Amino acid sequence: MSTIEQETETEPEESTDESAEPAVESPGERRRAQKRERARQQEAERVEESTSEDEETITLKVFRYDPEVEGKEEPRFDDFTVPFHKGMTVLDALIYSRDHYDSSLTFRHSCRQAVCGSDALFINGSQRLACKTQIADLDAGTIRIEPLPHQEVVKDLVVDMEHFYDQMEAVEPYFDPDELPEDELEEQRQDRENREKVKMSTRCIWCGACMSSCNIAAGDNEYLGPAAINKAYRFAMDEREGEDRKQERLRIIEQEHGVWRCQTQFSCTEVCPKDIPLTEHIQELKREAVKNNLKFW
Amino acid sequence: MYEHDVIVVGAGGAGLRAAIAAHEEGADVALVTKLHPVRSHTGAAEGGINAALREGDDWELHAYDTMKGSDYLGDAPAIDTFAQDAPEEVIQIEHWGMPFSREDDGTVSQRPFGGMSFPRTTYAGAETGHHLLHTMYEQVVKRGIEVYDEWYVTNLAVTDHDDPEDRQCHGVVGYEIATGNVEGFWAKNGVILATGGLGQAFDHTTNAVANTGDGCAMAYRAGVPMEDMEMIQFHPTTLPSTGVLISEGVRGEGGILYNDEEERFMFEHGYANNDGELASRDVVSRAELDEVNAGRGIEDEYVDLDMRHLGEERILDRLENILHLAEDFEGVDGLDEPMPVKPGQHYAMGGIETDENGETCIQGLYAAGETACVSLHGANRLGGNALPELLVFGARAGHHAAGKDMKVAEIQTGLSAKSEDSDVALPTEPGAVDATPEDATADGAMVEPKETLEHTVEQERDRVETLLAEDGINHAEVRSNVQETMTENVNVFREESALEDALRDLRRARERYTDVAVADPSRTYNTDLIHTMETRNILDVAEAITLGALAREEFRGAHWRKEFQERRDEDWIKHTMLAWNDGSPELYYKPVLLESEWKEYEPKERSY
Repeated sequence: MSTIEQETETEPEESTDESAEPAVESPGERRRAQKRERARQQEAERVEESTSEDEETITLKVFRYDPEVEGKEEPRFDDFTVPFHKGMTVLDALIYSRDHYDSSLTFRHSCRQAVCGSDALFINGSQRLACKTQIADLDAGTIRIEPLPHQEVVKDLVVDMEHFYDQMEAVEPYFDPDELPEDELEEQRQDRENREKVKMSTRCIWCGACMSSCNIAAGDNEYLGPAAINKAYRFAMDEREGEDRKQERLRIIEQEHGVWRCQTQFSCTEVCPKDIPLTEHIQELKREAVKNNLKFW
Repeated sequence: MYEHDVIVVGAGGAGLRAAIAAHEEGADVALVTKLHPVRSHTGAAEGGINAALREGDDWELHAYDTMKGSDYLGDAPAIDTFAQDAPEEVIQIEHWGMPFSREDDGTVSQRPFGGMSFPRTTYAGAETGHHLLHTMYEQVVKRGIEVYDEWYVTNLAVTDHDDPEDRQCHGVVGYEIATGNVEGFWAKNGVILATGGLGQAFDHTTNAVANTGDGCAMAYRAGVPMEDMEMIQFHPTTLPSTGVLISEGVRGEGGILYNDEEERFMFEHGYANNDGELASRDVVSRAELDEVNAGRGIEDEYVDLDMRHLGEERILDRLENILHLAEDFEGVDGLDEPMPVKPGQHYAMGGIETDENGETCIQGLYAAGETACVSLHGANRLGGNALPELLVFGARAGHHAAGKDMKVAEIQTGLSAKSEDSDVALPTEPGAVDATPEDATADGAMVEPKETLEHTVEQERDRVETLLAEDGINHAEVRSNVQETMTENVNVFREESALEDALRDLRRARERYTDVAVADPSRTYNTDLIHTMETRNILDVAEAITLGALAREEFRGAHWRKEFQERRDEDWIKHTMLAWNDGSPELYYKPVLLESEWKEYEPKERSY
């Protein structure tokens, strides 16, 4: 959190801590105090410039639950009012709330740049990555933040991901070529078109947004789900693997709880933060499977 | 208690590679990680993986570039081993299915990168790390290697012999985040630390929130020296508002840096007359700040990185991810306008002292990847050298820990490698405040493996109980005090008085940390507790960085000192070493090895 935000903080503990500082100021502290003062002035100037942004705050309405803490065993929503700044993401606002108001507020996050896939949440009624969601882009004045639907809640915004991981692993999610170049210093060849074909499917960050948005997955716990099928697509379409392996992969996704369950509602494609055309990939695997079955008739 | 032959702590690139290597050797190996493997920060690496694969290139050129890039602080045996192993490792991950970008003939593409004399950087778009991480995790799944995900390792189980070089590591203590359960992990052959970076010691960093230097801090407190901790890389192109990284690949493909006067300052102001934007990262970062300090920064803060002239097709083909990052995290359309960039903390060249086989001076304790210092990068890491490092040294550590017969290392470790003591004057006492049990390892005569582990488990259970039971201040205040003073005083430009201020600030932060407690009483997914323990680690690594920076009285690579504006080869071709010494840190030096069994390097002026 930046210095500016800390200065606007008005929690009583803050002032107590300030007064507990040692009396002697180091040059470093003086410099920082000056820097804070400058930042405060700049901020004040900015605010003057645009009076519409006068002390703007936003309110988060956050789902809370902890099975073992009194008052939290029954799910509830807590409100957090947070100073808004341009460029602020939902993750920034959650971190601010945790670090300034309630250190027990619990959510997963790590990279802050939409690649670790930790912070998929249900924000104002849809699955999004908190770090990639600009508050300015959300219409509502109050932002409602809930854990991903259709997954068991562990605590607050943290859901149990085990089922998601199990489904991913069910498709044998690893490269397994029929043969490799004999020279261990020689790469397999792959043409650009083929790399392009699998490119989008390789972008998956395992965030679970798609699975959570899928009505079929909600009703059929054994359904592989969009992410796992996309993973299968990634390998089935990679020409480096070979025809034998591809047949095995098609058999896996054709099972009872595989591709044929998809009813092409496109909800997974809509929520995917990496813009992977999940429904298209599922459809393409259906076509491949049909072609394949005809071949063996 | 869990039992395995080899325990790997951390499941990013180095950890996954180490686990696969140990498994190849027939060891029963387990990964213990505070995240799930695919959440690791290797996934955020963008640019690429250097390896000499093609005609006209060879490992010796790669080694030479790396040594020059290190500003002659890298150790030749490490650099030569690295450059020789890298091609095999890169082809190995291609054989594991890595979706590399390709040439028309179907071979793996390579592009130019800063400080490289040959275009040898292989890549997968601008999301190379993501693909590397997932490709290797897939291989871990394929092999059925056990993964304990969301287990936070809080301490190492190390015997308490007086001399760290007599100590042995028998396992680790893990805290299961979902349940609050504290358990021992007995490692019969060895423990490999692969915990990644320490960027959270700074407040403007490309690193993940999880990069809190846990491995460094645990090894340090157990008695392994920290090496060249002052050598912090500040990446020249990070987004000003968040620190999100904009890959060096942008400049590799031809992106140009401009100041507020629309000058191509790398050339026009003579910072790097030959290589311009593709000079080494330390050179470009200083140039940008010099421009800002000379009043030619944009909004007095940043410079512009322009890639529009590359054209939409090339950008979408090779740098698409950059467009998304600039749009999502800075609100800028890179096809339409230049992207604002400034230097941000990016990488720790220093870390846990190891040899070429990943071994530390404590028997059975290894380290690999960013948390380790072998030393490959010396005073400055070249772009595209971090990912091959974690492959090469992750694999070597994994093989060695699993008992593979390997060549004896040339690099010496531990206090016995000391060549001289440091006489730098410190403004305040560093190290432990009221040494707690985890500060002092040598507190008795515990030498048996199980006894050592059980004792450490009890100690960590007590620590957790105490943090949960007591009232006190929130760790977040202490953490932000550390981050502020580090970014203010231990940044790109360093001077003695500021470094001393930082040490005093860090001392106060350590004292405040003794009053820290966890407000959340829950055993279920208590991130308050995890972050509180991480903050202790941040304190230890921040202090180590600052001590090294104060000790090194010269300007070398990433380490710039106001009072010492030159590289001083007569006195300073040596590593800054820091031993925890049971809570009273000791600074000393050990020689840099400019000679390996293959080559000898002569320090030259480093210009680009």
